[in-house]
Amino acid sequence: MNIPDPLDPVAALNAAHPDAIKDTKTFRDELTIIIEPQDVPTVLRYLRDTPGLIYNYLSDISPVDYYPEYDRPARFGVSYHIYSMLYNRRLRVKTFVEEDEPVVPTATTIWPGANWLEREAHDMMGIVFDGHPDLRRLLMPADWDGHPHRRDYPLGYETIQFSFNVEEIMKHKPFAKE
Amino acid sequence: MGVTPKLGNLGVVTTGLEDAVNWARTGATWPLLFGLACCAIEYMSTQAGNYDLARFGMELNRASPRQADLMIVAGRVTRKMAPVVRQLYDQMSDPKWVISMGDCASCGGVYNNYAVVQGVDEIIPVDVYVAGCPPRPEQLMHGILTLHEKIKGERIADWA
Repeated sequence: MNIPDPLDPVAALNAAHPDAIKDTKTFRDELTIIIEPQDVPTVLRYLRDTPGLIYNYLSDISPVDYYPEYDRPARFGVSYHIYSMLYNRRLRVKTFVEEDEPVVPTATTIWPGANWLEREAHDMMGIVFDGHPDLRRLLMPADWDGHPHRRDYPLGYETIQFSFNVEEIMKHKPFAKE
Repeated sequence: MGVTPKLGNLGVVTTGLEDAVNWARTGATWPLLFGLACCAIEYMSTQAGNYDLARFGMELNRASPRQADLMIVAGRVTRKMAPVVRQLYDQMSDPKWVISMGDCASCGGVYNNYAVVQGVDEIIPVDVYVAGCPPRPEQLMHGILTLHEKIKGERIADWA
């Protein structure tokens, strides 16, 4: 079987889509490519289908909330962790979206398995994946208010009880009736 | 239980109605077959041979809430699960009792966050709380015996 030699993903992408890569980062020998949201489908499809790259497995989609640090391009980051089973190497493709319009094109057209990953990212972080076939909540109840993994979401709804405040808390606790 | 002395050798026992009914209720308090988290593992070992809940007439876990008398909430109740637990409780026929097993079901335990109900008593009325994380089978049996004491104290006037 003739397996082509592995290509450098940054050089190959720069040749095929010259304006796609905005930045690259290498941390602990892990390469991250930063792109614009609208380039996500084309870049992912190119990385999956090009001989020499074949990043054919989508490991995970992880949204990140950088609130309140605003030294990033935008508040939310969306990372696509992709893996090449042929060459046994990994790549992280990352994009940033603004708080008032957190919209990224869906990756379900490239990997059908991105369906639930994007639903989870939508449920927990409020990222909207444009073109997703069934963008419902995955983990939280359907009528849930807000997106719990956002940094500005309150952690709990009840103060921890100690002996000094137990009476005050128990006074407001909504005990169930028969 | 105030059983009055036998009348001669007739083999007849007289007692009060309340005592007889409460004796029957404590003798076969069938629990509802469900568990929510790791406390259910401890609950299962309470059921199994070493601790043997059959001694209290509880060897039978009813899988249907219509036939269950006792709900043992074993584990943390998430807010997604809360409507389900409440519906199961509503489907149980009277008389019914609830044991909140473990710290998570009683007060939220270590899960002080948005996803977990801070005590199952926010959605259903609880009769006995069993502390522990998870409680050992002895503690759960103590909770059950405590519930028996409560049932034996019920009076006709309290019956619904």
